[in-house]
Amino acid sequence: MKRLRRSLLIISGNNPKHIQDAPVFDPDVVIFDLEERVAAPDKDSARNLVREALSFLDYSQVEVMVRVNPLDTEEGQKDLDRIARVKPGALIIPKANEQVIKQAEGLLTKIEKEEGFPEGSIEIIPILETASGIENINQLISSSPRVTGLWFNGEGLMAEFGTQRTKEGAELYYVRGRVGIACRAAGIDAIDTIFSDGNDYEGLANDASAARRLGFTGKLALDGRQVDTLNTIFQ
Amino acid sequence: MKISKTAQAGALESNDVLVTVAPNEKGGVQVQLETKRVILKQFGKQIEQVVKDQVAEMGAEDVTVKVQDKGALNYTIRARVQTALERALV
Amino acid sequence: MKNILGREIPDYIEGYGEVKPFMGAFANYGERAKASVTLRSVKPGEKKLLASIEEALDKVGLKDGMTLSFHHHLRNGDYVLNQVMAVVAQRGYKDIHVAATGIFPIHEPLVDYMKKGIVTKISVNYISPGPVAKAISQGLLRHPAVFMSHGGRPRAIESGDLHVDVAFIAAPTADAYGNVNGVGGPAACGTLSYAVADAFFADKVVAVTDHLAPYPACPIEITQDFVDYVVQVDSIGDANGIVSGTLTVTKDPVGLRIAKMAAQLINEAGYIQNEMSFQTGAGGTSLAVAAEVRKYMQEKNVVGSFAAGGITGYIVDMLNEGLFRNLFDVQCFDLKAVASYRENPRHQAMSGSLYGNPHDKGAIVNNLDVMILGATEIDTDFNVNVVTGSDGVIMGASGGHNDTAAGSKIAIIVTSLTKGRLPVIKDRVTTVTTPGETIDVLVTERGIAINPRRKDLLEKLKDSDLPIITIEELKKISESLTGVPETIEFTDRVVAVVEYRDGTVIDVVRQAKE
Repeated sequence: MKRLRRSLLIISGNNPKHIQDAPVFDPDVVIFDLEERVAAPDKDSARNLVREALSFLDYSQVEVMVRVNPLDTEEGQKDLDRIARVKPGALIIPKANEQVIKQAEGLLTKIEKEEGFPEGSIEIIPILETASGIENINQLISSSPRVTGLWFNGEGLMAEFGTQRTKEGAELYYVRGRVGIACRAAGIDAIDTIFSDGNDYEGLANDASAARRLGFTGKLALDGRQVDTLNTIFQ
Repeated sequence: MKISKTAQAGALESNDVLVTVAPNEKGGVQVQLETKRVILKQFGKQIEQVVKDQVAEMGAEDVTVKVQDKGALNYTIRARVQTALERALV
Repeated sequence: MKNILGREIPDYIEGYGEVKPFMGAFANYGERAKASVTLRSVKPGEKKLLASIEEALDKVGLKDGMTLSFHHHLRNGDYVLNQVMAVVAQRGYKDIHVAATGIFPIHEPLVDYMKKGIVTKISVNYISPGPVAKAISQGLLRHPAVFMSHGGRPRAIESGDLHVDVAFIAAPTADAYGNVNGVGGPAACGTLSYAVADAFFADKVVAVTDHLAPYPACPIEITQDFVDYVVQVDSIGDANGIVSGTLTVTKDPVGLRIAKMAAQLINEAGYIQNEMSFQTGAGGTSLAVAAEVRKYMQEKNVVGSFAAGGITGYIVDMLNEGLFRNLFDVQCFDLKAVASYRENPRHQAMSGSLYGNPHDKGAIVNNLDVMILGATEIDTDFNVNVVTGSDGVIMGASGGHNDTAAGSKIAIIVTSLTKGRLPVIKDRVTTVTTPGETIDVLVTERGIAINPRRKDLLEKLKDSDLPIITIEELKKISESLTGVPETIEFTDRVVAVVEYRDGTVIDVVRQAKE
């Protein structure tokens, strides 16, 4: 947990305006999303756009992370290969388990060698969004030294349960507690799930504070308006 | 490398560009740029050059590139041209 | 010749006359005389109510070459300018000078009159992007258009520089003897500030109304002793075009960011304190700045003396909350503002002259502390363009920009650094509306630049965590995004003259090369 990861602004990797504007809000991290926020026919387009953006725009004031597609898909494999070569700070891996992380670790080591990057310079942030992932959290954390944070995605978990989130978030208390403690014990960042009402600043503050009290060190921001609140609360 | 079909990438949205590539029977690389007059007059030449450079970098020959621009920056133009050409080769 | 801003301006412009060059924002003050008015006195028993616009044109003795004036309080819902000009055209008059305070897309019929030589001159304070603006940019108007500010136009009328033969006042409510107000009737629009100078100084004044009230039509905005005739029509305007919904604070994250930065600067510079005065525009980002300033005022328990400008419901809320003691209103932008103006004596009208005339005994802008403004372009000397795009196509016109910039203690431009691929910061703006000596700060989402002339601000903010850099550095950031633009070429033909508020010529608009 060397640098601050209080606010993680997530944007679609296929949206030039959001890509250009992201650093302006002073988030600690910008997440370029190639998965959920990019439609299937546009995956190749987004991958190229993110690559070109990282070579052209100034992201020196933020940490760059990219959420790739699941690594058991062709898109995911292409994402990892092409994006690693422009040296993001970290790759965010969906549907993460011990085996997937170990595979990513191997690929990244190989690419770093080929490109002349220092080994281990590209970190890995697995996404916790399944019951089994949460149940095996400690194995996941220790699957690779590249894992310096975990992102708990509440929406994914609710989808598995077949229910929906509530604003107050009581349904997340146990999971947040589990994740917060496991990450703290391992000395890595615990990143909280998104608060989906962009107009409700008070609700965001309450939700973020609750996560903080359970050991989280940062939270996803769905747009620039949420960044200031998160930077303050996770200070 | 020659392309065999028409392909598109990007979108007609603010800050983006819709790029359509097609084989050029007449030979050579031809760029057709459509954008707001105020952008055309200030950046038209630059945009054309960016497109031509990207086409050359990918080694594509004998293509027409239609560029419908909505105020995209150079990196977006490069990325969309790249994707359109990759799709035209599949 | 070059004026002091280095703008190339002819000494004499065909269709305009001898050019008095801009000499500085405060160079042109001193003794002034007001024009005298010749009027026809009205005896007891005479009637003013006429049956039609046709009859009004007969009675006022319309001739070729006359100057007809209109106000724009009905904005893009105005019918009156078109109604009057349709009759003027139909009757075969020529060479008419239309002196409208504002022109909107609804006024498209003017383009045809321009082509036919029926209208050969236009003076205007604000012209929204649209067919008329485009036509003027393309040189379809025989004589150059003249752009004046909201304060400069009444100055011109009062001094006699702009002589109005007939003023047509669209009146949401009028009585048969010419008392006029804007608060009643189906086309209620609030204040009629822009029509006041015309009413006082025009040779003939005709009120056009769709709501004839029983005598007297109190509360009276323009009194009967300034009005010659009253004409009743079916409708003076479309309510939907007059007040287009409620204007709200933007939800755009970038706009909100800019607003936050601007408000933080205003606070750190020491302007949020009791008795403060404030003005902002009606756009989403401008209102966002008001929203952020409001937070600071609430936190610090500040009560301001007044807020001014075109007034929106948002500013009315701030008045009702007790954050300002009074409002000075030159234009009501929405229904909430209209209602507040009607009901609340602390919500006062200010005529265009009272608002910004530099040559009277002190305009309201002289008492303004904080002014929030926009810009199409700004150059490294802080000169601002709100008249044309970078291609020279007219898409605005002064409005109250140079009046408020001159009068206010701190004039702040809020804008995104680039608009799409278009850079806002240039080496030289395409057209100057407001001189850099009156612009203090530029706030963009990627950095803030303070005019080097304001050593006091630079000193006060030197330890701020705001991203304050030089305007040259900000321009470099902009160019790293958009690339360096090529310069657009223009012909020698002057299509519009931009007057500064004091009547001198600060710049001209030339026709772009094809």
